[in-house]
Amino acid sequence: MPSLPDMTTPQVAELARQQAQAHPAHPTVPQPDEGQEALFETLLRIGDSALVLGHRVSEWCGHSPALEEDIALANVALDLIGQTQLWLGLAGEVEGQGRTADDLAYLRDAWDFRNLLICERPNGDFGHTLMRQFLFDAWHHEMLKGLAASSDPRLAEIAAKAGKEVAYHLERSSDLVVRLGDGTGESHRRMQQALDALWPYAGEMFLGDDKDAQMAARGIAPDPASLRAGWDATLRHVLTEATLQIPEGDFSHKGGRQGIHTEQLGYILAEMQFLQRAYPGASW
Amino acid sequence: MYAQLVKSEGTKAREEMTPEEIAFQERIDRGEKIEPKEWMPEGYRKTLVRQIGQHAHSEIVGQLPEGNWITRAPTLERKAILLAKVQDEAGHGLYLYSAAETLGVSRDELMKLLHAGKMKYSSIFNYPTLTWADMGAVGWLVDGAAIMNQVPLQRTSYGPYSRAMIRICKEESFHQRQGYAVMMKLAQGTPAQKRMAQDALNRFWYPSLMMFGPSDKDSVHSAQSMAWKIKINTNDELRQKFVDQTVPQAEYLGLTVPDPDLKWNEEKGGYDFSEPDWSEFFDVIAGNGPCNKDRLGARVKAWEDGAWFRDGLMAHAEKAAARRAQAAE
Ligand SMILES: [Fe+2]
Ligand SMILES: [Fe+2]
Ligand SMILES: [Fe+2]
Repeated sequence: MPSLPDMTTPQVAELARQQAQAHPAHPTVPQPDEGQEALFETLLRIGDSALVLGHRVSEWCGHSPALEEDIALANVALDLIGQTQLWLGLAGEVEGQGRTADDLAYLRDAWDFRNLLICERPNGDFGHTLMRQFLFDAWHHEMLKGLAASSDPRLAEIAAKAGKEVAYHLERSSDLVVRLGDGTGESHRRMQQALDALWPYAGEMFLGDDKDAQMAARGIAPDPASLRAGWDATLRHVLTEATLQIPEGDFSHKGGRQGIHTEQLGYILAEMQFLQRAYPGASW
Repeated sequence: MYAQLVKSEGTKAREEMTPEEIAFQERIDRGEKIEPKEWMPEGYRKTLVRQIGQHAHSEIVGQLPEGNWITRAPTLERKAILLAKVQDEAGHGLYLYSAAETLGVSRDELMKLLHAGKMKYSSIFNYPTLTWADMGAVGWLVDGAAIMNQVPLQRTSYGPYSRAMIRICKEESFHQRQGYAVMMKLAQGTPAQKRMAQDALNRFWYPSLMMFGPSDKDSVHSAQSMAWKIKINTNDELRQKFVDQTVPQAEYLGLTVPDPDLKWNEEKGGYDFSEPDWSEFFDVIAGNGPCNKDRLGARVKAWEDGAWFRDGLMAHAEKAAARRAQAAE
């Protein structure tokens, strides 16, 4: 290996100083107002979750256990993709840099994604996919109820439309969780395993940060913690009927909503963004 | 076609027919529809089961080549359109299995025959989808060829099959237009996109011509199926119609049909064109196409991996019924 010049700290600092002199700093860009930035972030958080989960669900197309499931899962994925278009479309508008929903979906790297980690978890067996959907739907339903009451009418409108779709998603996933939980020994075991495996990804849905606090204070989006009671009630009701045990322990992985993801997201994006990356600027 | 090389059963000359069979044939000749509970010759029933089953299998195996690009679709809108299209194909499978059920064979039985390699599906789905342009080519050419065959089948003699075809044809023509729109976008796009479009046409042209099956002018099976109005046109008629319709569409896209001998024949009012390589066709039908093993393997895996799911739902339904019965006591 060829030897590198010594990279001692003073030398690096000196190099940087010389570079800065050769290329004067860009004119200062006006800072976006902080409220807009938090709103942009909020829209990415909900839009990216829909995008990434929609992607995962669509992976089943043609491979599910029954034709009826192929059709139903495609419906869920289609709803989520449609919601993504609305949320990310509005995010681009709020950001004001001329980015479209497609630009946001196809041209950001993983660290700029703000989805919940549970959305990027691999599909696993069909029980795993259904349980992930149920845990998410129960949250999504509460979240959209909150957003439908947003002080920002643009959010309220999207949430009202999406809320109708998600009410149906929740009805369907709850029903299947009950039937499989209280089905055969094997289906029960698989559903319990799925619940246990996904449980550590549930808590993130209710963890707020200061951006959430800002949004809640302005009545734009609900405080994530406030969604917990409704979610708990749905879970208790459905899982009891399904004869499944709510796992002990409240440890939770987190970071998705701040851009720190699992290894999975990079692969999802590599696949999803392939054409846009391989043929930059082409229109499809 | 979606039903290629369907053998028909019980070819009979009129003098060999029983009075019942004669009456049946006369109903068909008058254009009457045959309904599930009515008397029909066993050969008619068996041939229909084979044909409808093969058609249904084609719809569901047909989900796979296009499903292959859903997660890589280049925009959110394209992803949604493609997903909706593949979902329609699953729906077509459902209608057709239901039509077959009216003839006394269940969906599960038909699927088991498919998985065991005892029933076929269209040869076209054993070709790979290698680029995004294949999503255009499949919609344009494959759905286009399917429509060619299925529009006349709306008039088929068996009521449930005819009604399934009427529903399906509406959606298929939508698919074809969407496929063409994908091609159009590519043909008008960057040089790389245009190349992609041409490459897809090159690969899908002859396999699409094969969809109609080999020339059936000498086939007894075809003659019987046509007498029963299970088959309406000959394979060659449909292939000619398809070529005549498709060539101007390719020209409009600025793409070249990969056939140096293609030329307009004023006298017959249609194109002269090269036959596909039928030895390739028979290889594909025999299981040696580029994707046969993968396609069937994917269906078998979906079925086997899903067994616990289907059993679970069944067990729950039984428990729930038992509980209701107990509550009623
Ligand atoms: Fe179809
Ligand atoms: Fe089709
Ligand atoms: Fe189609």
